[in-house]
Amino acid sequence: MSKKYEIVIGLEIHAQLSTDSKIFCACSTKFGNEPNSNICPICTGQPGVLPTLNKKVVEFAVKTSIALNMKKIKGESIFSRKQYFYPDLPKDFQVSQYDKPLAEHGEIEIEVDHSPKKIGITRIHLEEDAGKLVHVGSDRITGSDFSLVDFNRTGVPLMEIVSEPDIRSPEEAKLYVQELAAILSYLGVCDAKMEEGSLRCDANISIRPVGQKEFGTRTELKNVNSTKALKDGLTAEVERQIEALESGEKIIQETRHYDEKTGKTIALRSKEEAHDYRYFPEPDLVPLVISDAMIAEARKDIGELPQAKIKRYVEKLNLSAEAADTIVAGKDLAEFFEKCLKSSDKAAELSNWIIGSVTAYLNEKKIGIGQSKLTPKKLVAMLNLIEKGTISKKIAKDVIVQLLETEKSAEEIVKASGTTQISDESEIEKIIDEVLAKNAKSVADYKAGKITAMGFLVGQTMKATKGRANPGLVNQLLQKKLSA
Amino acid sequence: MSDKLYTKTVHELHQLMKTKKVSSVELVTAIYERIEQVDDKVKAYLTLTKAAALIEAQKVDKRIADAKEIGPLEGIPVAIKDNMCTEGVKTTCASKILANYIPPYNATAVTELEDDGAIILGKLNMDEFAMGSSCENSAFFPTHNPWNLKTVPGGSSGGSAAAVAADEAPFALGSDTGGSIRQPASFCGVVGMKPTYGRVSRYGLVAFASSLDQIGPLAKDVTDTAIIMNVICGYDPYDSTSIDKKVPDHTKALTGKLDEIKTVGVVKELLGKGISPEVKKSIEEAIKVYEKLGAKIKMISMPSFEYALSCYYLVATAEASSNLARYDGVKFGLRSADSPDLLSMYYNTRREGFGPEVKRRIMLGTYALSSGYYDAYYLKAQKIRTLIKRDFEAAFKEVDVLISPTTPTVAFNIGEKSDDPLSMYLSDIATIPINLAGIPAISIPCGLAKGLPIGLQIMGNVLEEEKIIKAAYAFEQKTKWHKERPKL
Repeated sequence: MSKKYEIVIGLEIHAQLSTDSKIFCACSTKFGNEPNSNICPICTGQPGVLPTLNKKVVEFAVKTSIALNMKKIKGESIFSRKQYFYPDLPKDFQVSQYDKPLAEHGEIEIEVDHSPKKIGITRIHLEEDAGKLVHVGSDRITGSDFSLVDFNRTGVPLMEIVSEPDIRSPEEAKLYVQELAAILSYLGVCDAKMEEGSLRCDANISIRPVGQKEFGTRTELKNVNSTKALKDGLTAEVERQIEALESGEKIIQETRHYDEKTGKTIALRSKEEAHDYRYFPEPDLVPLVISDAMIAEARKDIGELPQAKIKRYVEKLNLSAEAADTIVAGKDLAEFFEKCLKSSDKAAELSNWIIGSVTAYLNEKKIGIGQSKLTPKKLVAMLNLIEKGTISKKIAKDVIVQLLETEKSAEEIVKASGTTQISDESEIEKIIDEVLAKNAKSVADYKAGKITAMGFLVGQTMKATKGRANPGLVNQLLQKKLSA
Repeated sequence: MSDKLYTKTVHELHQLMKTKKVSSVELVTAIYERIEQVDDKVKAYLTLTKAAALIEAQKVDKRIADAKEIGPLEGIPVAIKDNMCTEGVKTTCASKILANYIPPYNATAVTELEDDGAIILGKLNMDEFAMGSSCENSAFFPTHNPWNLKTVPGGSSGGSAAAVAADEAPFALGSDTGGSIRQPASFCGVVGMKPTYGRVSRYGLVAFASSLDQIGPLAKDVTDTAIIMNVICGYDPYDSTSIDKKVPDHTKALTGKLDEIKTVGVVKELLGKGISPEVKKSIEEAIKVYEKLGAKIKMISMPSFEYALSCYYLVATAEASSNLARYDGVKFGLRSADSPDLLSMYYNTRREGFGPEVKRRIMLGTYALSSGYYDAYYLKAQKIRTLIKRDFEAAFKEVDVLISPTTPTVAFNIGEKSDDPLSMYLSDIATIPINLAGIPAISIPCGLAKGLPIGLQIMGNVLEEEKIIKAAYAFEQKTKWHKERPKL
């Protein structure tokens, strides 16, 4: 990327709050139900219905506001109607917040190239989600034979988190979203999975010559569905903007879409996007007032947040920063890890297994640790077998896969497969004798000073025991025999 | 007995039911006979629910037979303005766009009545989406004033007022956004009350202007009004704007005296220009009645009233433009046939479904909220609203209740103002400020001119319905205008 230009990015994150019921009615927010089964007169906008605000939604937003260090939480915020016609919006307006959002002026810290950087948060506000359209005969409403609408998602609570234009690279944008996702998931207010749509991200991006104070004209990158797509999309858009400026073109303020297939951003038709939303205060809802008591109550509920956890893992448990990062990035992994620590003090060992074999398996299967059969108890038991010398680390790598896949304990697996480690000296000695007899040339090489021959002989011994021989003992005994 | 049952008030009927002289089935049957006799002329009803009503009446009769005590509305028929949702019964708002809409739920006010044993007779005509002052804006047919069938019954709750005046229902529910209960009550010579904003749940009332709409009763006298208020008022968790305060027994205010009401204020601006001489005369007589009742009379100036109409037509239309957006052909109500794409479905559905007055207000409101105009129109209107509230607050520091004519004139002829929306809007000049301030007010009969009723409006401070009812009842006891009935 060019050094001539500075990149300026601001992000708008929509987080679906994981409350049981919708923001303005009692309908379930459960995902994946039959279309139009989680609906009622209120969330389908029947004539005469009125919204009532879900208290849990407010609680979640206040918790988030505290975690994001918002300076203004206390006091009044106002719901407004954002008006536009679209079939997925039953009232043809969305109840949102406009000039008086729930919280303002916060910040979070991310780590960029091993040094901390603060990203400002402009505001947090609440709103309702729209429904889902299914187009038949085309992938958009224009040109389709007909379209169907599913109102299950209508009224699912959304929290919009708007950042300051403090982000200076696509990589930073990715780090910011990851950090925010981690915070939201630790707070238990959002599943924070971009791939599943529980976290959505729109990015405003512009470039300006280094040293210039005024912002350049920005474009908006909409609907990216992973942090990777966000980073790639922003990178592509930066390149496009630089090329445009370099060839004397002007940047047009417009909404663009990142096409993962071509790796390019394309303009959405601006005609469809040209809206006058005619915001005005929602007369059916009274102003939302956040009191000191509500803030204090929410604060009690906030556990250890990701940054603090990483710090503790590194400082108190002596994990590497990378290991701590990886474990903390997934709330379920960290919870698993901490449960293991209740019956084991081998933090480093545990973390190696968790970020190594376990994570590799989970990634391959695309599941979370909760969906695997591995439990903290089973992992700790396996570590104990290694410590006792019952199994080798190498064997354990096979055992852990079975721990992840079956209900069996490490002990049961080892017994069944006969893979217990051989630590009986006489037994190993017998095997070594056989190996030495078969490989007279290597023995001669070693004695002639070719030390590498030792490795070969160890390997042969291990092979003969199918990896079950205690490697320490093998080394020790071989050395003794060869120098005899 | 049953020949004149339909003329009786709720409290008279209650006595007959309690003493088992009349059954609910007899009463319901008598009212439907009356409707059959006169509704061809009056045209108050859009939908009749006779079969369901008779089944309900039988149930209530069984309950009454076993009960020691019965509630004041048990077995009493009621008719509902067609902008309140009735589960399983068409709720049209007198609009083509909802001509076949059957709600899946009941408005809270309707549930309250049903829970107290009231029997729903049917749904009443109105100006489309409650927009209008004459009932001529109904998409189906105009309702006629029972006092003179050539004149309008007022609006938008014209069907409600006409039905009660023509003895086609002992009482009715209406809704009042800028005078829509009180103005037709005045034109039809019945009692109509708009409670404090938030006193009656709006849940299930099809919204016109959310910050102004309020459900209220139309009845034959003040006693009935107090009885119905006891049933329909109260907090509703389904309406965030409803007031969470205990509802008093409004019938305790029926003392016939003024008691704690020492000073009656007269709104100076509402006795000046634009008020017809016969209306002015009746109000002056009403003032004398209050003097005789022992009240001190005080002229009160409300300077902000000058802007009330403009303010109202910005706030109400802005909210309406938003509330009526949902009628888009997607989910319920009319969907225009032969629309090849989404935009034409929107355009055609709304073009065919809405009448001219509704379209006019949607356009006005959309304009007022548009980017670049919001501050100059909507925001400014909200500021004027604050001024109007302040004028009332100041007034109620000096007086206990305020009085004025409900309307500047008696009922006008059908067709007289249909082509002149501005002069139609002016007929709400005395009622609109009350909605803007959110305070309660009542209209009671106080005279007749050219064979048409005149209404006296009594206004009170927020949640002071009891004072209003007290002042109204004392007046009623002295004058008996409420006993006058149209000859049909």
